[in-house]
Amino acid sequence: MSFTIEIRLFARFREVLGRETIQLTLPSPERVDEIRKHLQSKYPELTILIDRSAIAINGEYAQNDQMIHEKDEVALIPPVSGGSTSAV
Amino acid sequence: MIRLIHEPIDYGALTEYVRLPNCGAVVTFLGTVRDLTGDQVTVALDYEAYPPMAEKKIAEIIEDARSKWPIGKIGVVHRLGHLSVGEISVGVAVSSPHRAEAFEACRYIMDRFKELVPIWKKENWADGKTEWVHPGSETTRSS
Repeated sequence: MSFTIEIRLFARFREVLGRETIQLTLPSPERVDEIRKHLQSKYPELTILIDRSAIAINGEYAQNDQMIHEKDEVALIPPVSGGSTSAV
Repeated sequence: MIRLIHEPIDYGALTEYVRLPNCGAVVTFLGTVRDLTGDQVTVALDYEAYPPMAEKKIAEIIEDARSKWPIGKIGVVHRLGHLSVGEISVGVAVSSPHRAEAFEACRYIMDRFKELVPIWKKENWADGKTEWVHPGSETTRSS
């Protein structure tokens, strides 16, 4: 039973893709790492950043083998600003 | 207390918030927008957050700190939006009976904040270029 998920975008993703969310239609619940591959094939110019980003499901960092279901709130979380390169 | 705001941070109020009679030590950390990163000159930073997850992660970090040290109160405030050099982007205030724990807890909270909380900044460089900061995914910059 196929369904569409909405993935929330932030920071460089939001800037490059020019939108706050993108949609992915899935044939059935899929693993986080499969979602990552879908995104990389859809947006090859963002392959590396997608690789380095976390995926959050309902506000929690998700493991690669976690499943994404219909109605999950999914977000693409690019690396957060930490360490000596940052302003603080 | 956890706040994500779009106005200047009232660090006096933040400090007052954590004071308690049994806490002889109050430590308030302020992060501000710095002008130089290496040889690049910053004129401003833009901060963006995923607010519900950011607040959740900050709450988890606070509970984590409480499990490690005797803490009275904690206040964490992060400002979002466009901030010029010198403006305060984040405040963390911690009270504890004694100063060693107050310093350690405050530092710990700030260190974990930068690892876990979904808040991002975009550098506005003096040459007019802008760049979202994502460690490990730096874009090449021509100078």
